[in-house]
Amino acid sequence: MSEQAHATTGTYLRVALILVMITLIEVGVFYVPAFQGVLVPVLLVLSAVKFALVVMFFMHLKFDNRFFIFLFGGPLILALAVGISLLFIFYGAVRLRS
Amino acid sequence: MAQVTHGHHTSMGLESRKMAFWAFIGSECLLFGSLISTYLVYKGRSLNGPYPHEILNIPFTSFSTFDLLMSSLAMVLALAAVQRGDMKQGKLWLLITALLGLVFLGGQFWEFSHFVHEGLGLTTNLFGSTFYVLTGTHGAHVTVGVIWLLTLWIQAMRGKLGPANALTVEITGLYWHFVDVVWIVIFTVVYLIQ
Repeated sequence: MSEQAHATTGTYLRVALILVMITLIEVGVFYVPAFQGVLVPVLLVLSAVKFALVVMFFMHLKFDNRFFIFLFGGPLILALAVGISLLFIFYGAVRLRS
Repeated sequence: MAQVTHGHHTSMGLESRKMAFWAFIGSECLLFGSLISTYLVYKGRSLNGPYPHEILNIPFTSFSTFDLLMSSLAMVLALAAVQRGDMKQGKLWLLITALLGLVFLGGQFWEFSHFVHEGLGLTTNLFGSTFYVLTGTHGAHVTVGVIWLLTLWIQAMRGKLGPANALTVEITGLYWHFVDVVWIVIFTVVYLIQ
């Protein structure tokens, strides 16, 4: 797979706009009492979408060699597994409610 | 005259510097993963205040998040400009990226000063310890990034950075965007999920 094919300036601007909109939604959800029951899963999903957009488009992982996905994704999955394991050890279960 | 730096390729045909940097970013995932995990494990276990809901300023931190997201946009625009040989735009966007990073650092300095004034020190409680270590480590990474960006900008101003050095700018961008994605997680885990 090519290492050089990157997104266009228009794509970067659209991604930035989506990132700002998601951030506004995150802050909005934080302040709306009706969302308090599902606040944590909603925020985690929105955060994951922002994370993925930056990694795929700004860091060009979507267009780059798949080996870089392995180099980044492997430790990322390991870090997530360590975090979830620690939460299980200390709390007995991952708390999905705030 | 721009210094020509043709990258070395691995047997897989990949740029060795870029591959090494992705491996470094992978190791950084583990560093920040451990710090975020530590914050979560000790979350809500402070025996005395100030507690997160008493002290964290969401509107202010939202602005810092917006600032860092815009710096990532400026970084990709800088890289795109350098790759197409438009060094005037490249220099401008590199400087804007660094300045946005400085704005973020200024905000973090103000936030830390405010928290200390409110009575939250590094050893006040578990929240203080885990919060300062996590956000402070991130701030140290932003500081390194700003110095790196300003160094590139000075090189560009001296005519020592051109399309031939696009890989160097791309690697700087990888670091900067990683700092951004770490903040995306911190903003959610520390500030919004209280």
